[in-house]
Amino acid sequence: MTQSLQATQAPSAPARPQPRRKPLTSSLLARPEVGALAAAVLIFILFLVVAPPFRSLGALSTVLYDSSTIGIMAVGVALLMIGGEFDLSAGVAVIAAALTASMFSYQLGINLWVGALVALALALLVGFINGYLVVKTGIPSFLITLSTFFMLQGLNLGITKLLTGTVSTQSIAQMDGFSSLQAVFNTTFSVGGVSVRITVLWWLLFVALATWLLLKTRVGNWIFAVGGNQDSARAVGVPVTKVKIGLFMGVGFLAWFYGMHRLYAFSTVQSGEGVGNEFLYIIAAVVGGCLLTGGYGSAIGAAIGAFIFGMTRQGIVYAGWDPNWYRFFLGAMLLLATLLNLYVKRLSSRR
Amino acid sequence: MSQSVPDLSASGAGTAAEAGPPLIRMQGVGKTYGAIRALEGINLSVGAGEITCVLGDNGAGKSTLIKIMAGLHQHTEGTMEVDGQEVHFGSPREALDRGIATVYQDLAVVSLMEVWRNFFLGSEKRKRFGPFNALDTNAMRRTAREELSKMGIDLADINQPIGTLSGGQRQCVAIARAVYFGARVLILDEPTAALGVKQSGVVLKYTARARDAGLGVVFITHNPHHAYLVGDHFIVLKRGRMNLDAHRSDISLEDLTQEMAGGDELDTLSHELQRSGAASADVVHQIELAEQRAHGATAHDPKELNT
Repeated sequence: MTQSLQATQAPSAPARPQPRRKPLTSSLLARPEVGALAAAVLIFILFLVVAPPFRSLGALSTVLYDSSTIGIMAVGVALLMIGGEFDLSAGVAVIAAALTASMFSYQLGINLWVGALVALALALLVGFINGYLVVKTGIPSFLITLSTFFMLQGLNLGITKLLTGTVSTQSIAQMDGFSSLQAVFNTTFSVGGVSVRITVLWWLLFVALATWLLLKTRVGNWIFAVGGNQDSARAVGVPVTKVKIGLFMGVGFLAWFYGMHRLYAFSTVQSGEGVGNEFLYIIAAVVGGCLLTGGYGSAIGAAIGAFIFGMTRQGIVYAGWDPNWYRFFLGAMLLLATLLNLYVKRLSSRR
Repeated sequence: MSQSVPDLSASGAGTAAEAGPPLIRMQGVGKTYGAIRALEGINLSVGAGEITCVLGDNGAGKSTLIKIMAGLHQHTEGTMEVDGQEVHFGSPREALDRGIATVYQDLAVVSLMEVWRNFFLGSEKRKRFGPFNALDTNAMRRTAREELSKMGIDLADINQPIGTLSGGQRQCVAIARAVYFGARVLILDEPTAALGVKQSGVVLKYTARARDAGLGVVFITHNPHHAYLVGDHFIVLKRGRMNLDAHRSDISLEDLTQEMAGGDELDTLSHELQRSGAASADVVHQIELAEQRAHGATAHDPKELNT
């Protein structure tokens, strides 16, 4: 008996020496944001060196604000990407929410809070439709959300023109509820002499919540699973449909939130805006270590990705360079991040 | 329990026929997809502490059969009973709730996720965290490590992505998971199909261990050699029908292989049979031999797998 026991144990013995090599692989895999963090530190140092105005706390405040405008959406997009899907309509959904909130209240002359809630319902509905169509038809989310992207864009322009006769909404600054909504979505306060926009705090809060959700809750476990291997997840009883629709609706919620910020920052909305921003969110998530194919990534990584772009967009201005270089930088970072992710994927799917 | 470990074959051929209804019993089960008849007239029963092998070539209806048991598909004719109660599973969750767990060949795990997350996927442990329910990550890590070592799987790091494990180890994790979550019926879908000889041996060993733990095992394979190493009961499917239904004592490996292959391939068969036909009496010995052969033939394999 003992003989056969030893014999059957034998095959696992050669696997023993592997711990020497494991830590590198697994620690690298355990932290999706490592690459982005290194890049962020390098870029930060670069701008500290080449752009003297960048060194002030005021500049940091500006950078953080700019980062938060990408970062809030990047949180939702990153979760969705970890869940294995895209949302190309995220950029125009922000404007759709802002337009709805503004025009609903303005046209009917009612309190802005009502418009805000209607806009929230609409944003969640857009997310739900995206998710429902993706899950029920099996058509790639790229195509579904590309369709909703164009449809929303058309609706934004068309309905605004129809109701206001121009391409932008009327100012809502004098309406009921403006000041209370502005306090929520667009205030600035001073911390030790540095002015901080409230979106920065909201951004950090959303990142913290998303991180907790991903790592410490059952839903988080399910998000990784549906993105990593949908069929496996379904086979062990994970409610794949609900998780995916929920993720799309999460993007919808954040689109509403950021749309509210834009509305209460400018009190009018340009109906043609938002186009192209969906790529910023996706790039921030990918640079932050999310795998485009799903199943891997982090909300903190997406935040670092957003910070890299906020830093660069402002840093280039502070350095006095031609802002057009920002676009090149955007592409280059994405390419680097994609290559890094490919490497990660190979490491982990090795047989 | 340790006594039964080395013995891979069914220790007593009579263990199956105990009192009470079988865990799963199918009578005249069939399945049609529109005009296509995938499965027809299937009668089988799965008893506790028994391994039922379902053999068949590609397209013979094996996967349709297990998908009915696993709750992914519904049968269109005949009856399926679990514990003597007729059932129609609407989802895999319903099958799981009745204690029927399935380990699929290709979708057993989510390779990018940590071993412990995979182990508890879909049945996570939680604890109260203020008003919320948070994952009890420490308990899950600890339990996963304990359960795996109980099955004889000793991992360097429970936090490593499961994709870094070898195919055989992944199957074993999936089996250990099913056993831990109280599965009474374990359906293994071609667990050895993608594996080398050595790793197949490891998986067969854990299959036998699950059987010894009192589970009813349904072992799907197209490899009669693997089936005969552990099986108590054999069913051969051909074009959606049962071609053979025999107890271990009523059939030899040669007959089983012949049933699987059909008459026209007898020449190549006789060649294969000469090499492994007589070994059924001492299966452990055969596995050892196979392992040694594997060590010799693919000595570089483990390193390649793990670097």
